[in-house]
Amino acid sequence: MSAERDTWPAVRTAVVRDAVGIGVATGAYALSFGAIAQTAGFSVVEACVLSLAMFTGASQFALVGVVGAGGAASAGVATAVLLGTRNALYGVRLAPLVRAHGLRRLGAAHLVIDESAAMATAREDPRAGRLGFWATGLAVFIFWNAGTLIGAAGASAIADPRSLGLDAAAPAAFLALVAPRLLHRETAVVAALAALAALASTPFVAAGVPVLLAALVAVAAGLRPEARSR
Amino acid sequence: MWAAVLIASGGCYALKLAGMSVPERVLADARVRRIGALLPVALLSALVVTQTFATGHDLTVDARSAGLVVAAAAVLARVPFLVVVTAASAAAALVRAVS
Repeated sequence: MSAERDTWPAVRTAVVRDAVGIGVATGAYALSFGAIAQTAGFSVVEACVLSLAMFTGASQFALVGVVGAGGAASAGVATAVLLGTRNALYGVRLAPLVRAHGLRRLGAAHLVIDESAAMATAREDPRAGRLGFWATGLAVFIFWNAGTLIGAAGASAIADPRSLGLDAAAPAAFLALVAPRLLHRETAVVAALAALAALASTPFVAAGVPVLLAALVAVAAGLRPEARSR
Repeated sequence: MWAAVLIASGGCYALKLAGMSVPERVLADARVRRIGALLPVALLSALVVTQTFATGHDLTVDARSAGLVVAAAAVLARVPFLVVVTAASAAAALVRAVS
């Protein structure tokens, strides 16, 4: 008990410091989201509302990426929501740790993202995990929205974003997001098959739909009877 | 565009709230876990290639491809996210400027 009292302030400081560090890093990433949204034809206000209300990076990049490439808005929405399904899985794991009810649960749910889920589950002490969740979620929320505003407002001042190569920024962002997930052989194979399926279907279906067809590769691979869970 | 912004935002929030509200045993199904882990991989990979090589219904190799090559090198070098994105943009801009 006394040992815990001695170490908790140190743990608390470490957790909050990590949370702010992650917040700053995602803020830098939000700069590129704001700029890409602007290039894709979203207004500064629309980009900011996406960061405030959707608040899940990959889905936001997907929506503006698909629409910016000429895809139907419905295809962009479907891709964004499909990418958001992983937050539901995080939520299932986080609920017993965060133990939020009523209004607090509504707020906590909004903060369920890659970063807060990772920080909450990285700590063995449940109290530190809970603090990691809230501190990381709030830090990312603040820096993510500030970064979006600065990025979108900055890009809106540029006459021709393509001349700065900003249309190459979105695929680079997706690559950086997917790269850490490719370390296992099975996920690398799924990534390759999904990419092939998307390219192969591009000439035949409406823009935005190839990405949704690629999602079927993940479903098929997940349902494969001989696949072993890790 | 506002409809897309609001519907997609609502959908993503609903998924977050649903996850926080359903019993934990939902995750006990190995197939649910596997599909949940593989879905982002498939979607993001498809987004990488379509955003690089697709122009409408055509597949093209243009300045964006140079951006992707530079982005891949930057990712392998483990540089920060913003550097990856900026380097890719700069490479694409450079190719456009000289061609």
